[in-house]
Amino acid sequence: MMRLPWSTIAFAAFVGVLAAVPMIAPEFWVTLGNYIGLYSIVALGLVLLTGVAGQTSFGQAAFVGLGAYTTALLTTTYGTSPWFALAVGMLITAAVALFLGFITLRMRGHYFPLATIAWGISLFYVFGNIEMLGGHTGMSGIPALTIFGVELKSEHRYYYLIWGIALGALWATNNLLDSRPGRAIRALKGGLEMAEAFGVDAARLKIVTFVYAALLACISGWLYAHLQRFVNPTPFGINQGIEYLFMAVVGGAGSVWGAVLGATMITLLKQVLQDLLPWLLGRSGNFELVVFGILMVLLLQFARDGLWPWLARLLPRRAPKAVAPAEPLSTRSRSPYTGPLLDVRKARKQFGGLVAVNDLSFEIRQGEILGLIGPNGAGKSTTFSLISGALMLTSGDIVFRGSSIGGAAPYEIARRGIGRTFQHVKLIPQMTVLDNVALGAYLRGGTGVVRAALNLDAAEEARTRSEAARTIERVGLADHTFEPAGSLPLGKQRIVEIARALAADPMLLLLDEPAAGLRYLEKQELAKLLRALRADGMTVLLVEHDMDFVMGLTDRLVVMDFGEKLAEGLPAAIQENPSVLEAYLGGVV
Amino acid sequence: MDFSIAALLAQDGITNGAIYALLALALVLVFTVTRVVWVPSGEFVAWGTLTLAGLQTGRAPDTVKLLCGMAAIAGLMEIWGCVRRGQARRLPRRLLLWTGAPVVIALLVGALAPMQLPFAVQVLLTLALVTAVGPLLYRIAYQPLAEASVLVLLIVSVAVHFTMVGLGLWFFGPEGSRTPPFSSASFAIGDVHVSVQSLLVIATSFSLIAALALFFGRTLYGKALRATAVNRAGARLVGIPPDFAGALTFALGALLCAFSGVLIGPITTVYYDSGFLVGLKGFVGAIIGGLASYPIAAAGALLVGLIESFSSFWASAFKEVIVFTLIIPVLLWRSLTTTHHEEDE
Repeated sequence: MMRLPWSTIAFAAFVGVLAAVPMIAPEFWVTLGNYIGLYSIVALGLVLLTGVAGQTSFGQAAFVGLGAYTTALLTTTYGTSPWFALAVGMLITAAVALFLGFITLRMRGHYFPLATIAWGISLFYVFGNIEMLGGHTGMSGIPALTIFGVELKSEHRYYYLIWGIALGALWATNNLLDSRPGRAIRALKGGLEMAEAFGVDAARLKIVTFVYAALLACISGWLYAHLQRFVNPTPFGINQGIEYLFMAVVGGAGSVWGAVLGATMITLLKQVLQDLLPWLLGRSGNFELVVFGILMVLLLQFARDGLWPWLARLLPRRAPKAVAPAEPLSTRSRSPYTGPLLDVRKARKQFGGLVAVNDLSFEIRQGEILGLIGPNGAGKSTTFSLISGALMLTSGDIVFRGSSIGGAAPYEIARRGIGRTFQHVKLIPQMTVLDNVALGAYLRGGTGVVRAALNLDAAEEARTRSEAARTIERVGLADHTFEPAGSLPLGKQRIVEIARALAADPMLLLLDEPAAGLRYLEKQELAKLLRALRADGMTVLLVEHDMDFVMGLTDRLVVMDFGEKLAEGLPAAIQENPSVLEAYLGGVV
Repeated sequence: MDFSIAALLAQDGITNGAIYALLALALVLVFTVTRVVWVPSGEFVAWGTLTLAGLQTGRAPDTVKLLCGMAAIAGLMEIWGCVRRGQARRLPRRLLLWTGAPVVIALLVGALAPMQLPFAVQVLLTLALVTAVGPLLYRIAYQPLAEASVLVLLIVSVAVHFTMVGLGLWFFGPEGSRTPPFSSASFAIGDVHVSVQSLLVIATSFSLIAALALFFGRTLYGKALRATAVNRAGARLVGIPPDFAGALTFALGALLCAFSGVLIGPITTVYYDSGFLVGLKGFVGAIIGGLASYPIAAAGALLVGLIESFSSFWASAFKEVIVFTLIIPVLLWRSLTTTHHEEDE
């Protein structure tokens, strides 16, 4: 007998209860259920935007309003079909979100949420002051929806439409999170530097996420308009926008189920408080806001990840999806090239008056491990950042396989075939080792957000997972494939970083102090892995200050001190070089 | 529109702008020291006006009770903190500061309120009462999260804003209030009537702005406060207690906002929920200054006041839309001039 996995049973039970509500529960609960469904759709967008991508929006209610008002205007004044109005509403919403996202999402975190507050308020007043939209009294007479000849006039019937769409949105968002773009979106929160080093165009992806969330809000608004058959500006104001955000945060913005949980909790709590508080205080008003505010502060102080993770802990863990063998991902074409793989030409970096790297020149030859060493503050890490594109050159150039990469963005450098690791490990701790490594293969896939959301990426996803699993095996971590990356010891996390870089199929591997903080045996393991990679033809640039580690491993060394090249040559010769000894040991021993 | 109308609108705009400038200043101040985007600043403005209006009628506002409640919570938090860290010796001083001082202020206001004291004393009592809420708010809502990201702090701010609006309705009721002006005199320059109250508002705002710019730009203490914003651990290592810096900044911020409330009271009717829009207009100004520069933020706030005043003449229904849409070109300009290599927090 086949045993169904736990998660499937739980999901079936949820859908069963959901479907039964209109048949057995009183009218009041159906109405509440309708609202919870509508709110869940908006909160789902916020889960992706805020919980996963790390961008906070207070203005989602305005997008709900765009969807509602577009259909209200088109179906009443112009008599068009509601479905046509939905398409128009989504087009308008996408255009507005693209524009707002383009101007605000390229900047640091706090401008975007502030812009969403301003935008939420402006649109509220626009709705309230345009006569064609009925001003503050609103518009009525919106027709009911008709599907396959069935008119959805009763709340009971409408309930199934709302929850059908809500479950669809849940399914699509879940697919999206577990895909090529989803891994990249999850990487955004951990800092853009890491995501961009694997070819993710972070600014573009953030905007796409915002548009996705706005479109969900717009659909919810469209549903709302045809449910109420009446719209006025009140439900689209900034307070409602803030409430949507609260739903996502209370539920747990890290998971799609957090959206449904949050929407349910806030809706029910509001019901209870609206009955209870006026009775307690002896007067009426929006007093539930006081309680909401206090609960929110407490929640952020004591359970910042929301309620879903608490609930999820009670459910048994889902068994990991096994990796099926699949065709490898295509590798990059390696046209023969005889010159130096990387040529650093008089690279210079100044921070104000400080010259961190002073006209440094060296080259990396095909198939070698080159060590870049020097005492603390010599400019090694700055040089590393110049090559990887994290910092801009002040002057000079860096040439990779004959073409310049000086001044190119990190994702462009990744595209050319340079992989890197980070001095301070930058993995996504909650994500499995497999998913972390699969993120490295981002540029070798092509699935976009739409294909991913509709689950049309199965073939490519299977190839990516099998490629990632193979890479993990190659670096010797096969036993840890399905563990969260954050649970591994530092030495293994460093190796996961190398695997992630390898998954991109690079021609040059840049390693930033890979031995820092490792124990002796871990260093031995690391050296063994790097030798094996060299034997396979990989070229490696190793930035280190641990002399012992580089001596037995590298083919050549470049020594830096005070931003300049002090010496260059074979490890044995460097070891005898008097000026290197002086720089390291501060004088004649 | 003729010249005298334009002059009248300009006077209105500059007066309102000067008040927004005070708010913008408070916002920049709080943000640069604590990284808190202080959304509830507007509520402090409204509470300033409404508390003063309450004192005018000879009634102690409910803010008094709130202050006592907050002082009790802060006291409990201090006891818990000292017990957990084994610093019982510090407890008496801290309780005196966090519970004793606010309760004394609350009792004082409660006792003096029915005595119908002179206007200036009422203003002082209002400022003391509303200012005391600032550091307590920091202690209770923000300090436990002081290491969190700007975004988490922003969500806390929005939550606090909700709470304060609700409490405002509870304390002051739904009716709006106005307070008497400091001076009702006016004089004419040619065709234009200039009110002394406007001049007073403008003069106070600008002297405060200048004083703060000097404090943060020139004095060691001001620089120490700024250092806390950049790196709390680092500031602690060089001898600046970051929690104290945060509480002090909130006190300063609350004072500036309460003062704005006293200034705005005679100009416009203030309701329990008026603060949010006023505060956000300060924000638009502060954002023009990049949440960092005092003079540019003040100039931005003045611009907001002028645009508001002129747009209320031409398209009064769309006044708010125009003011808040102003933020879009500002952000566009900032986004085009900022390089996008910056790291997210």
